[in-house]
Amino acid sequence: MFDPNVIKKDFPQLTRLINGKPIVYLDSTATSLKPRQVIDKENEYYTKYTANVFRGIYTTSEEATAEYEKSRELTAAFIGAVSADEIVFTRNTSESINLVAYSYILNSFNPGDRVVTTIMEHHSNFVPWQQLGKRRNISVDIWYTDEKGTLDLSALEKLVTPKTRLVALTAASNVLGTITPVTQIVKMVKKINPKCLVLIDAAQAAPHMPVDVGAWGADFVAFSSHKMLGPTGIGVLWARPELLEEMTPFNYGGDMISEVHVDKTVFKKPPHKFEAGTPHIAGVIGFGAAVQYLSALGMDNIRIHEKELTKYAITKLEAVSGLSFMGPKDPLVRGGVFACTMKEAHPHDIAQLLNEDNIFIRAGNHCAMPLHEHYGVSSTARASCYIYTTREDIDAFVAGLLKVQKTFS
Amino acid sequence: MDLYREQILDHYKHPRNFGHLEGANVTSEEINVSCGDRIVIELKLKGKGSAAVIEAIRFNGEGCAIDQASASMLTEAVMGMGVAKVMTLDLAYVEKMLGTTLTPSRVKCALLPLEAIQKAVQSVR
Repeated sequence: MFDPNVIKKDFPQLTRLINGKPIVYLDSTATSLKPRQVIDKENEYYTKYTANVFRGIYTTSEEATAEYEKSRELTAAFIGAVSADEIVFTRNTSESINLVAYSYILNSFNPGDRVVTTIMEHHSNFVPWQQLGKRRNISVDIWYTDEKGTLDLSALEKLVTPKTRLVALTAASNVLGTITPVTQIVKMVKKINPKCLVLIDAAQAAPHMPVDVGAWGADFVAFSSHKMLGPTGIGVLWARPELLEEMTPFNYGGDMISEVHVDKTVFKKPPHKFEAGTPHIAGVIGFGAAVQYLSALGMDNIRIHEKELTKYAITKLEAVSGLSFMGPKDPLVRGGVFACTMKEAHPHDIAQLLNEDNIFIRAGNHCAMPLHEHYGVSSTARASCYIYTTREDIDAFVAGLLKVQKTFS
Repeated sequence: MDLYREQILDHYKHPRNFGHLEGANVTSEEINVSCGDRIVIELKLKGKGSAAVIEAIRFNGEGCAIDQASASMLTEAVMGMGVAKVMTLDLAYVEKMLGTTLTPSRVKCALLPLEAIQKAVQSVR
């Protein structure tokens, strides 16, 4: 196991003092902090081998290309992909999901087809299906969470029909914390309708727990670098090789072609046919260092750390009167994200008052408006944990909440 | 910056002009999508065109302390005010009224009530 207090030392931002006081960062669900190793690696590209990838015959271009492709291999190994060719680099999870929507679904789904998604999705795994549905006359069926914040698996029998072509669901909710039993769900979906595809939004799973795309059995998996210690502006789409073959790029341009003639173009093989234009080279290289950092800690260990922290936080939060948080109360089925409401104060005011003590949380609907509507709350104040979060950070959060109560009572 | 001064908390906990206005001739609603705050303004205008005056005003809805205090104080301030004057009110006015400066993320909260009032007034001009 690792000690989060030792981990903290790798994160330059955590040494910063604002108004003479240290920072308690509890918004890793929005974006994680970056360790020195990642910052240095990204910087290495800018200081040592800045050059475009895939085209120079000279030393630095070859170095940059090798580092860029090494990140792809590290990513493939990190999620249990068979080959690095199954890893497409995008800008973020949203773009990865939109890539599936535009390059696959728009071309192959027919009016009358159906898509199933859940009420707890981030907008990035909700709006694409809703909008595509309107354009192509595809129905979107919503799988609702129960009062505990979990999905009733037996509902799948009714939701997945012979017309259902895609089930798009999150592996972990960014509001409820709920971890979905992906392997089991995929198995059930495929049993009901073997032709139905499954897309997993792993943006909140890949940073926090082991991900094995082979064990999951899904067809598409999307996640973001910036939520797992890596640079912003980098996302990943993993897909089954045969699906990547079938998909038509929706971004055309440089790098993604093998031949261009006046009357026709031959695209490169996947994944490069989806990476048009000069990519975020430094970002991808930095992301490789993030994957290495996480792998060295061990994703199993990270999950254990967060499970224990979640257990601790639940006990502490339940002791605050007038406070409630969304999602299941069992640390075994949830991650360390706590979307709270307080009788006395609005989430904005909670976040603002905590900010006065450098405790950084998020207030709002966290890109999950349908979920907030489902539970009848307009917004929540959300604190979330990661590898550098300690019990002392949770204590600071709880002390801050008590201070808010005092101000508003 | 002491955002949660006594005066703001007082207006938040005991909002003035909160509720529905009997015989209102204009209503408007503004929503802050990012946080789900919602404000409804109901008012009675006397007179015509730019010479019209706000004779009565009520607000309701839900929001944070800044949003609610701003609404409470604004409804007091615009009572009896001519619509031409109402349309000139801006962020500087609201900040002066609240007695504080606002960080960019809170400007929207403080201005939501003003936007609703101006929208209501404009709809009958």
